[in-house]
This record gives sequence, structure tokens and C-alpha cells, in this order.
Amino acid sequence: MRALLDRIKEHEVLVGDGAMGTMLFSKGLKTGECPERMNLDLPEVLEEIAKLYLEAGADIIQTNTFGGSPLKLSQYSLDAKTEEINVNAVSAVRKVVGERAYVSASCGPCGRLLKPYGDVNPEEVSAGFERQLRAVVAAGVDMICVETMTDLTEATLAIKAAKSVSPTIPVCATMTFDPTPNGFFTIMGVSIKQASKGLAEAGADIIGSNCGNGIENMIKIAVEFRKHTPLPLIIQSNAGLPEMKGGVPVYPETPQFMAEQSRKLLDCGVNIIGGCCGTTPAHIAAIRKMVDKFNKS
Amino acid sequence: MDILQQLSEILQKGDADKVSELTKNAIANKLGPKVILDDGLIAGMAIVGEKFKAHEIFLPDVLLAAKAMYAGMDLLKPLLIKEGIPTIGKVVIGTVQGDLHDIGKNLVGIMLKGAGFEVIDLGNDVPPEEFIESAQREGAQVIGMSALLTTTMPVMKKVIDMTKECGIYERIKIVVGGAPLSAEYAQEIGAHAYCFDALKAVECVKGYIGVN
Repeated sequence: MRALLDRIKEHEVLVGDGAMGTMLFSKGLKTGECPERMNLDLPEVLEEIAKLYLEAGADIIQTNTFGGSPLKLSQYSLDAKTEEINVNAVSAVRKVVGERAYVSASCGPCGRLLKPYGDVNPEEVSAGFERQLRAVVAAGVDMICVETMTDLTEATLAIKAAKSVSPTIPVCATMTFDPTPNGFFTIMGVSIKQASKGLAEAGADIIGSNCGNGIENMIKIAVEFRKHTPLPLIIQSNAGLPEMKGGVPVYPETPQFMAEQSRKLLDCGVNIIGGCCGTTPAHIAAIRKMVDKFNKS
Repeated sequence: MDILQQLSEILQKGDADKVSELTKNAIANKLGPKVILDDGLIAGMAIVGEKFKAHEIFLPDVLLAAKAMYAGMDLLKPLLIKEGIPTIGKVVIGTVQGDLHDIGKNLVGIMLKGAGFEVIDLGNDVPPEEFIESAQREGAQVIGMSALLTTTMPVMKKVIDMTKECGIYERIKIVVGGAPLSAEYAQEIGAHAYCFDALKAVECVKGYIGVN
């Protein structure tokens, strides 16, 4: 398999996968259960999901390790199983995709706020990310995706942990922004300009945004990122914001709508397009089709 | 500058040590604890809430201001109790069972405390029974529930149904909030109010308890 960053350098646009959480729920995850517990109990479910996204045409398949840092797992008293949880997740995806797609280790927030806003020390957060990422690297991931961050310091710690565990594996880092009358900011007050600078300085190879917004806001976010960074960009949008219909959440953006809109992401120089909450293999398949046309042109 | 005005401004900057020092000064100057609380700490926190709502400041600023507020409140609490000054009301809050997201719930707690309410924070992943037991034991006037996950929202209905079963639904108000919620959903499950944000929660609770 050719190196991911080389393909981006040669102007190929890559396709990421879609939502994990909603897929897990549809396959038996119970409310309140630790999503990463599936990695211990039902790794075959992870294989099924990876297969669906691979068949939809994703070039990059994420592992079910979003909450796989020991700090986060400790909320479910599963921190002692950090290694097993992370290794199983990587193995399940690799088993399905082989060398047909890149296996990307998801690494979400640790779930605690750093001092002085919260109660946790940066050393503890770093050590946690290192432990998680050492496990996924040992299991053979192709890239690491630090995602859904809102605190730039925490994002920085995760990126540095990834680079300390492996200086060569590409690291992607995304943050989640909210629209405000003064532009986009994370809930912790990080602007896109600050994110562009901070994530790059920490050593990220690919930067961008995921979650929190539908595709239309994501286009604005991408435009803003492009103003501030020469690095490859990744955008993983929600399928809109959920609306409750008869007690069931419905994500309003259809595969076709997202794919059409995603064309605009390519115009502003986005290099990887995937999906977040509410996106399905059908969304990824539609985006794949659109991206294929672009790559050929 | 007036010491209470100064207290409000230092609180807004999130300087806990200075708030503690100014509160001590105010107490030494024989300003009553209720006045220090209302015109110093609560006044400052109200501005923090407004600025957060207007996106002029962000979560870290609110969290630091809250710490500063607590530093002052810890000094005032024994005096308020000694003088027999009651809190304006009691609210039980928590994130519902199965949900570990507590940033929104914590903000509501901060803003309610900042408005002078006594807040019993049950934390996250709170079983339905615990809301009921705590509200009864504490004699709370309001229960506030939060959920960030679409999958945990139905737990709110369970809690509301339980308040009906044990006969406290008529005398207790239930407010709900969280990213996936809507006013329609709140109404559907029988909540008394849907609070879009923490300030709205304060406004609702004030309305129920009869303070303005």
C-alpha cells in the first residue's frame, strides 16, 4: 500500500469512513455501556462495520478506540484492559481490510478537563494517551486520528504522545467547532486560526474538523482552515444535527445532499472527506462516487 | 471603587485568591453576608453568564469564575447559616443514567449556585431512583436533568413517570436540557420546561421558586 501522505501530496483526495457509535447501537450496544467494551466481547461486530465501510469505498477505516485512553476507560472501570481493548480494535479492522484501506486509530478526548479548569494534570493525560497509542501502534495501525478535541492543550498532548510512540506514523488531528456570531470556536474558546497553528506546531501531519456541524457549516470551517494552514485538511461532517421524530433521532442530511455539498470541500482544498455522527455506509458510498469523479478529472 | 463592585469584577476575572481576600475584607467591614453574596458574588456571576451566552467568553473563563465564586461562598456560608438566612431554593441536578457527559450539567449547577440556589449535584450516570430519593430527602423544589445522548433521553421520561407514581409531580418542577433535546420532546415526556442553556435554566427555576 502506498504511503498515505504521498497520495495526498500527489493531489489524490481520500475518503474516510462514517459514524461508528450509531452503527454499534444498531448492532447491540446498550445505552450506558462502554462502546469500547465491544472490542473485548464482540470483535466480530467491529469486523462487520469495517466491512460495510470498506465496501462503501472508504480509503481509511477507523478503529473503535475513540474512548480508548485509560483515563476515559476508567469511567467504566476498564482501564486495566487498555491494551487488549485497543489491540483488538486494530486487529478486527485489519483482518477485514488487509492492505485495501488504511487502518486509522481513533483517539478522542480523555473525558476530563485539565487543570486549572478541571482536576487532571497534563502528565497524567499524556501518559494515558501514550499508553493507548503504544498499544495501537504495536498492533500495526497505519495512522492515528486525534479527534473531536475542544481543548488545544489536550489535543497537543495527544499529538505529541502519538509522535513519541511513533515518529513515522501519520497523525491527523481534528477539533469540534461551534458557530457563534463572531465565527467558529470550540467550547473551550479555540479559534480555527489558533487550531491551525497549535495542531501544526504539536506535529500533526493532517488537520481539520469533525462532528458538531452539518455539511454546510463544515464548508465554512474548511474555507477558514485553508486560510491559515498549508497542511493537508480532513473534514468529517455530521449528517446534520439530529431531530427527534417519534422518540427516535433522525439525522436530516441524505447521502446525496452530503455528497453534492462535499464537492465544495474539494474546491477549498480538503484532502480527506469522511463522515461523523449520523453518516452511514450509504453516505460514504455517495461521497466516494463524487470524489472518484474529481480524482479522475 | 466600591468593594462589592470590585469583588464582582475580580470574580469575573476568575481570581479565586483575590475573591477570597476581598470577601474577607468585606466581612471585616461589617457588610452583611447576604449583601456580599448578592451584590458581589451573584452580581459578578450574572455578568459571566451573560458574556458566556453572548460568546464573548468561553467555558474555561466560566470555570475559573466559578472557582472564584466558590472561594467567596465558602467564607460566607457559615455566616449565612449563623444569621439564619435561607438559600432561595433547592435544586437537585444530574446527568441521567447511561450518560457520562457533564459539561452542560456542570454549567447549569454553576449558574444556579451563582444565582443563589442550593444545588445538590448528583453527578452523571444517575439512576432514576436517585433523583426521586434525593429530591424527597432534601425537600428540593426543582429537579434538573441533562442528557447529551439521543439514547439516554428516554431515561428522563422514566424519572418523570416515577415522580407521578410517588405523588411528588404536583409539587415539584422538572426542567430538562441537553444538546439533542427540544421543547417538543420536553413537553412530550411531561417536563415542566425545556432549558436551551444554563441561563434559561436559572430563569425557569427562578420563576418556579418565585424569585426574580
